[in-house]
Amino acid sequence: MSGAAWLLRRLVASVAIIFAVVTLVFVLIHIAPGEPCPSDEPVDPTVCLELKREFGLDRPLPEQYWRYLVALTHGNLGYSFSLRRPVRDALAETIPFTLQLGAAALLLDFVLGLLLGIYQASRVNRLPDLLLGNITLFVYSLPTFWLALILLLLFAERLSWFPVGGASNPIFCPTVDSLYCVADRLWHLILPAATLGLVGAAGTARFQRAAMLDVSSQDYVRTARAKGVPERQVVLRHQFRNALLSFITRFGLAFPFLLTGAVLIETIFAWPGMGRLAFNAILARDHTLVTATALIASTVVVLGNLVADILLELADPRLRVRADVTTEIVTA
Amino acid sequence: MTLGTWLALVVALVLAAETVRWLRQRALRGGRDRWRRFFKHRTTSWGVGIMAFLVILALAAPLVAPYNPNEQLGIVQLKNHAPSWTFILGTDVLSRDVWSRAVWGARVSLGIGALGALVAISLGTVVGALAGYYRRWIDPLLMRSVDVGLALPRIFILLMVVALWDGLPFAALVLAIGLTSWLGTSRLVRAEVLSLRERDFVVAARALGAGGARVIFRHVLPNAAAPIIVSAALGVGNVLLLEASLSFLGIGVAPPDPSWGNMIADGASTIYSAPWTTLFPGLAISLVVMSLNAIADGLRDALDPREEPA
Amino acid sequence: MTAPGSIPALLRVRDLKTYFVTEHGKGTARAVDDVSFDLYPGETLGIVGESGCGKTVTSLSILRLVPEPPGHILPGSVIEFEGRNLLALPAAELRAVRGNQIAMIFQEPMTSLNPVFTVGDQIAEAAIIHQGLSGSAARARAIEMLRLVGIPDPAERVDHYPHQLSGGMRQRVMIAMALVCNPKILIADEPTTALDVTIQAQILELLDNLQNRFGMAVLLITHDLGVVAGHADRVVVMYAGRVVETAPTERLFDQPTHPYTEGLLAAVPRIDAPRARLHAIPGQVPAATAWPSGCRFRPRCPYAWDKCLEEPGLLETGFDGHTARCWLVTEPERRRPRP
Repeated sequence: MSGAAWLLRRLVASVAIIFAVVTLVFVLIHIAPGEPCPSDEPVDPTVCLELKREFGLDRPLPEQYWRYLVALTHGNLGYSFSLRRPVRDALAETIPFTLQLGAAALLLDFVLGLLLGIYQASRVNRLPDLLLGNITLFVYSLPTFWLALILLLLFAERLSWFPVGGASNPIFCPTVDSLYCVADRLWHLILPAATLGLVGAAGTARFQRAAMLDVSSQDYVRTARAKGVPERQVVLRHQFRNALLSFITRFGLAFPFLLTGAVLIETIFAWPGMGRLAFNAILARDHTLVTATALIASTVVVLGNLVADILLELADPRLRVRADVTTEIVTA
Repeated sequence: MTLGTWLALVVALVLAAETVRWLRQRALRGGRDRWRRFFKHRTTSWGVGIMAFLVILALAAPLVAPYNPNEQLGIVQLKNHAPSWTFILGTDVLSRDVWSRAVWGARVSLGIGALGALVAISLGTVVGALAGYYRRWIDPLLMRSVDVGLALPRIFILLMVVALWDGLPFAALVLAIGLTSWLGTSRLVRAEVLSLRERDFVVAARALGAGGARVIFRHVLPNAAAPIIVSAALGVGNVLLLEASLSFLGIGVAPPDPSWGNMIADGASTIYSAPWTTLFPGLAISLVVMSLNAIADGLRDALDPREEPA
Repeated sequence: MTAPGSIPALLRVRDLKTYFVTEHGKGTARAVDDVSFDLYPGETLGIVGESGCGKTVTSLSILRLVPEPPGHILPGSVIEFEGRNLLALPAAELRAVRGNQIAMIFQEPMTSLNPVFTVGDQIAEAAIIHQGLSGSAARARAIEMLRLVGIPDPAERVDHYPHQLSGGMRQRVMIAMALVCNPKILIADEPTTALDVTIQAQILELLDNLQNRFGMAVLLITHDLGVVAGHADRVVVMYAGRVVETAPTERLFDQPTHPYTEGLLAAVPRIDAPRARLHAIPGQVPAATAWPSGCRFRPRCPYAWDKCLEEPGLLETGFDGHTARCWLVTEPERRRPRP
């Protein structure tokens, strides 16, 4: 099938997956035992019943589900009773923060990871490689939340280089309205992003090193050398270009990692993002908020995979050429 | 620490070191190529040694821990006591001996890790093998379900499961973690089975009249064992980290029972004044995960089919 | 074209030793253990031998393509090309020789071409690096080369990827890639082994034509005596990391001296002579970590006697250009099968 048909098929599949996830979460949260009151403070049973009726929680499950879907198509994500505001607003406030954190961490992850991996492969089994190999092994094995605490201890408490939490200075910069505030925001971002980014980079470095080494033993690398291609070009043009393929597949896996990390990191650093929101929502059994965050999270993951697949299609000519190109049966 | 526990600790250390050395000698001296390749890198040997040590400690917890892990030893004077000869890893905010808690916590964390990984690998292998071997409608069904499962970050699902059902017993926690971790393995196994099922020896087995289950278990899976084993080693580490994260967030192993994760949570509030309460459990987790990764690396080298002599 | 004594050799290999370190005390594999031969301009020299005799490692050593750990070329080895010792060249100068003056094609066209670049890109690369051609000029040259090696629709094929071509076509691409800078020597390491028999013939014919056209010398490495018979001017027979016989092709097939060569020839099934059983050389090739002492072929030789405990050098047989590493040269009466 042609490229457009493939893309369409993938998009439909992606939407189906998101749909299934939302359904799953919806069912899960509604069948949990002991449904509490849809309120953020304790109320007595009659008021509770009243509230339930108001939120439509006394209706049969399929009906609730249907109503939810209909509301979704209108862009209505529901009302969060634990926060006492529309879900949409709560999300709109927190998503950008998580995006910033995620983007910064991702950048650090890939740039540092790739550079390290390539460098290690070029000095394979010599001292720099062995040293870096052990370091990446160690960092990769650290629990992210623990690293966060350690970094906080070291850089925020002992050295006071960075703030201990929050996304911005609440007094001077409640909103980002000046260059100073942008810098302030960045300054607050560094530690949390570094925590996620470093652990990710260690993993990427290990992976990329393996990919580069795998490629370097391939015959076509020997052919390139036999042609007189300078060594640097052999590595950067021939080896890297092929190792890139496995890197792209890994790219798709980065998103679940980031989201998981977001929950932990945001809690520790008091970063006002969606992860922390989701966590609190789950504890409070806030149905609408939980379902909405699940929707967002799964969309991110599925999108990430889709982008990775598209990039792979573009980068690997073996996938790109499909049955519409006639592969002749030879005349040798 | 009492004399008895010091003794037990030293014995554990020596036992672990000797086990590794003996294994390594056996491997490098005679023995099959695989073992030799496994022990080729120093880091793998260290990994095996450290895991052996920690497992021995966990198993011998009553012998190695001088105090009851939940016992509060002296609420006023001994609170947040720095490491000393009596309390080699110090005490925490509730004046409990960190070393004892760490050792008993090892049982919990390592146990959950191993059991959870077992559940995950078993389920993943079965699902992957079924999908890869039978194809037709089972394959798309199972794999789409896996896609759905993978679309939601594990921690979300676990958070929901664990937070919504209060007071989950230990076994249920293990099961829950295992049930959310099998997805990756199933994809891996499916890929292997797909490529193996066309091989001659499988076709031959079918021609002899072997039924599906027999072919899968006796012929296909043993040849797919390598990536499964590597995945298992890594899986234990992943499950451990997951459990630690959950315990840290307060919804994993319930206090007062120690788990490395909730120990870190306990110590988080006093990290500035008493860093050892957070440092040591975290180091323990890192050590285990690092060792498992090193072991997985060694396994990968050892079981690489390309390295098998022709 | 036989090798005239007065024209200097294009390539002189003397005392080449390439050893490999094996893991864990299995010893050093002496894959190439004192190999010497000459290659003259415009001729085709065949290097023949079974797997494990060191012929491929020899060819890789010429351009220093042997992976450095675990392999290494021992000092004292000399590979002289037009008077320069290739083994002593600094990296930059060696690169100027590779693909430019001396080119190489490999056995597996499937894996020897980079899957993510077009065929044209890969051919053009050599032209860009060595001849400084611009992108478009290099592309035109690539199309020209594709036409030269007999690929139909070269203007279209130039943008194809390796996986879109058949095995024979890929090998033609490899040849195009090697010849784009008009090298003086083409090293062909088992160029037809991975191909179907009918394609083999076509590729070898192509190589012959190109050689006639460009006048390069060809080092043809193969285990197939048939290939050598049809396409080589002179032959070097290798066994156990050493050269055991060198001769012009016709002479070799007519009057093989070394018992190994004899055995190889006898093992080829012949249409014109009815035989009940195929002749096989008894025994097996020894491991490169443990070559036998004395003459290395001694354990498998039907004529061996006690003098063979001492290893012979390459002895002149008296016929021009024919040498053999065997005491039968000096004591031909010993050529009697042992009882």
